[in-house]
Amino acid sequence: MELVNAQIDKQKEYLTQLDQAIGDGDHGINMTRGFKEVIQKIHQTTYDDIGKLFQDVGMVLVSKVGGASGPLYGTAFIKAGQVLKGKPEITINELGQAFQESVNGIKLRGKSQIGDKTMLDVWEPVTKYIQQNGNTLNIRELISYAREQMEHTKELEAKKGRASFLGKRSIGHLDPGAVSSCILFETLCSILLEENLTKE
Amino acid sequence: MKKLINNPEQVVRDMIDGMVLAHPDKLKNLPGTNVMIRAHAPVQGKVALVSGGGSGHEPSHAGYVGVGMLDAAVAGEVFTSPTPDQILEAIKAVDTGNGVLLIIKNYSGDLMNFEMAAELAEAEGIQVAKVVVNDDVAVENSTYTTGRRGIAGTVFVHKIAGALAEKGASLEEVEQVANKVIQHVRSMGVAFTPCTVPAAGKPSFEIGETEMEIGIGIHGEPGTHRTAMASADEIADILLSRILDDMKLSPGDQVAVMINGLGGTPLMELYILNKKVSQILKNKDISVYNTYVGEYMTAIEMAGCSITLLKLDDQLIELLEAPADTIAWKN
Repeated sequence: MELVNAQIDKQKEYLTQLDQAIGDGDHGINMTRGFKEVIQKIHQTTYDDIGKLFQDVGMVLVSKVGGASGPLYGTAFIKAGQVLKGKPEITINELGQAFQESVNGIKLRGKSQIGDKTMLDVWEPVTKYIQQNGNTLNIRELISYAREQMEHTKELEAKKGRASFLGKRSIGHLDPGAVSSCILFETLCSILLEENLTKE
Repeated sequence: MKKLINNPEQVVRDMIDGMVLAHPDKLKNLPGTNVMIRAHAPVQGKVALVSGGGSGHEPSHAGYVGVGMLDAAVAGEVFTSPTPDQILEAIKAVDTGNGVLLIIKNYSGDLMNFEMAAELAEAEGIQVAKVVVNDDVAVENSTYTTGRRGIAGTVFVHKIAGALAEKGASLEEVEQVANKVIQHVRSMGVAFTPCTVPAAGKPSFEIGETEMEIGIGIHGEPGTHRTAMASADEIADILLSRILDDMKLSPGDQVAVMINGLGGTPLMELYILNKKVSQILKNKDISVYNTYVGEYMTAIEMAGCSITLLKLDDQLIELLEAPADTIAWKN
């Protein structure tokens, strides 16, 4: 989470710039505010339950981010937390199951589907990719897959959120939510990579 | 960025404190929140109205809290929907057991946060109804399921639903009249300059000295298309013709007109715009019952304006004229 916070903070202006192009220009600001609060919250507790950690992260995001990103990211973490409840450590397969619940939650809350040019365009394929590859998952390949999915949102016409008001003018711009989601997955991957390295 | 602020992260807090200090007879801040409620809330025996949205649209939304209009307004960060916990606090603070109507503008973020708050309130046994304002015809023709945005027409929803609630109507009746206003209100806007969100520190978009952005929203988000700058008369024509195409008014119909400034347009220019608007309506034999010229729903310091028409009937006229006493609307 600290790495996510650091990455989001680093990319704050980039996310805001992306959002200024096709939205209202607050995505970086809101995400940074949310994850800063997440760090404060999780520093007050020690977690031996990953589900509880995800739940707390989700609750903080819902109450501190605002906009569309708050409910969507918050729901994603809360739903994943329900799957991971009581688990002190998790396997790749369990992570895949948890993210599937996140994807279901994002779809329900945002009434969105794949191809609408939203964060879902990263979340859904990445989750499928994790599930399909299971324990043979190659982390480096996952990172490049997530980036490809994010890049793909450039070609899409927005159907949801404020960018949809632009219609065809949204084509050619990356979706800010897809980019922040990609940052999230990349950070997760970098942690998984480091863990692998220490095991070797 | 030259702004009269102390700290970009403190603007909403500082604004709320300053507002309460200026109007202690009308407003109070719910401690520990960005919620503003009537100074004498909750009002017993009445359906409560809660609205809100991002800050930066002043006098929306706290400017409409008071007798005859809203019971509470929830201020989000600048241009960012408030969060469900804050909306829930507002609902709990003003509910007296008669139910609460949430007035939501049609933006994904506002919808999701207000829906989550409504779910939480219902779980606590509070009766909640929701209406979604979508008056902006600029985005009508987009095929997107997100639909039209909610902009200045929201103020008429506050006024008319608020008046009916003040008379002691039921939650269902108040919801119905709010939906009636939503069906009969249409708006469209234009921007000449961008605005700067304090925390971003730079303008939301760039626009050439001789250009204007048609169909702008109220968040500095780009409009539907960009054209060469035109005269006030031409702009009145462009905006009003889109609204009239959508409303299908007949000769003899009565409307209320709102000429709304977006924060950076002098009143002089709004009156110039209104001259042409009233001429066009007169030529079409549409009678103007009342005209409101001023800043009702702004976008920080963006130069530009929006035009709103509300088709009236006897019930809506009576409620529009009913007493109201808020910072930004008095009858």
